[in-house]
Amino acid sequence: MKLHPFLNLLLAFFAVNASPLSLAETARVAAAADLRFAFNELLPLFQKNNPTHQLELIMGSSGKFMQQIENGAPFDIFFSADVNYPKKLVASGKAMAPVTTYAFGRIVLWSAKVDASQLSLASLARPEFRKIAIAAPEHAPYGARAREALEHAGLWTTLQGKLVFGENISHTAQLIDSQAAEVGIIALSLAMNDALKAKGGYFLIPASSHQPLEQAFVITRYGQSNAAARAFAQFMGTPEARQVMQRHGFGISIEARP
Amino acid sequence: MNFSSMTPGEWQAIWLTAKLAGLTTLILLLLSAPLAWWLAHSRSRWVSGVAALVALPLVLPPTVIGFYLLIVLGPQGAVGATLEQMGLQHLAFSFWGILVGSVIYSLPFAVQPLRDAFAAIDSRLLDAAATLRASALDRFFSVVLPLSRSGILTAVVITFAHTVGEFGVIAMLGGSIPGETRVVSIAIYDHTQALEYGAAHRLSAVLLGFSFVTLLLFYAINQRVMGPLKPARPRSTSP
Repeated sequence: MKLHPFLNLLLAFFAVNASPLSLAETARVAAAADLRFAFNELLPLFQKNNPTHQLELIMGSSGKFMQQIENGAPFDIFFSADVNYPKKLVASGKAMAPVTTYAFGRIVLWSAKVDASQLSLASLARPEFRKIAIAAPEHAPYGARAREALEHAGLWTTLQGKLVFGENISHTAQLIDSQAAEVGIIALSLAMNDALKAKGGYFLIPASSHQPLEQAFVITRYGQSNAAARAFAQFMGTPEARQVMQRHGFGISIEARP
Repeated sequence: MNFSSMTPGEWQAIWLTAKLAGLTTLILLLLSAPLAWWLAHSRSRWVSGVAALVALPLVLPPTVIGFYLLIVLGPQGAVGATLEQMGLQHLAFSFWGILVGSVIYSLPFAVQPLRDAFAAIDSRLLDAAATLRASALDRFFSVVLPLSRSGILTAVVITFAHTVGEFGVIAMLGGSIPGETRVVSIAIYDHTQALEYGAAHRLSAVLLGFSFVTLLLFYAINQRVMGPLKPARPRSTSP
């Protein structure tokens, strides 16, 4: 804000107080949408242990965040649902190595209308399922894995006319939650949440039917000197944080890659 | 609807939206007045070209505007890279970026009412004022402004309201950063995606209420400025 004197003057005209810019201790966290419920629990926990650090959470699809960080978005740390996006950012100089794997995700069949625990992928061909929601495979990792699982089951071509695409995995869950789509493929970490679990069971899609959902975070070039981002990255490796992640349906294996 | 349960984040989005719409309106009023005057009175062969350019945001999908602006204002773009070279920051994903986007997106909503108002002014009035030795500035303030107050009011209200209702450009260019680019329309989108229907309902109701009250005020005031719709009967002069 200090950079544009003329516009600042306009702001003064509007009697706007510049927001307190103590950004040194605030980290903007861009996080894949499957982390929503896990992070709802993790962030207060982190904040309790690190009262001087503030975190600002922005959720969306991993592919969108990668594109935004490539275009200079001011995120300090990026939690991707796919390890390849952070790797690409490191390669292009927009993020700082290491890329750290923090969790492995799983996909499930979920419905707010019927008990999906009684279904399998083959059931999707049934005529009562008129719309099937998955995340956009082009930029949402859970969508890409859903596509692989459907291809593996030999259903991808058959189901084309029924598929609708969420922008990210949370949006996909919303499409199903609203029953606009009778069924769909979402993240286990969302389906395990009480709010969704109460509405219909889920069927865990075998991990062997798709590439692993290796999820990794990276500190961006923008956030390389941000203390809060660094502290949060460290916090993710603590047993406390891992337990929360596991409780939300994530497989855990932390390893740093060069 | 329980508005006492509005979170600080929701208030922040409302305040940010008001700030964005207010600044956009102010900037557009200053930019549009000379442009609208020129469009209304110039005989230049460039008029239709400029008029078409000004009207483009009415026709273009907001995604196109947002996409181009992201390229131009981002760190690799012409504007963004120049700013970075000057030691400033590029404008993508910042308040200043979405302000530029809003100014462009709402431009026709400010220019067209002003142009219509300026075009409707009888030039003989200005000539008469000139023969009375009123300076150009004088003529603007004592003839043009009073005669175009309805057009100016229209421009202000519609520009402000249109900016409040903006979504696509900011979604492409903003990145939903709290306090910076997460305006109400974006916050609603985020809340629905997060299955936070309560918050989505509250903010949607705020926008619905605001939009209706704004238009109501606008029509009420406009009717008073323009006078009643039917011409008033001349008062009888007979005893």
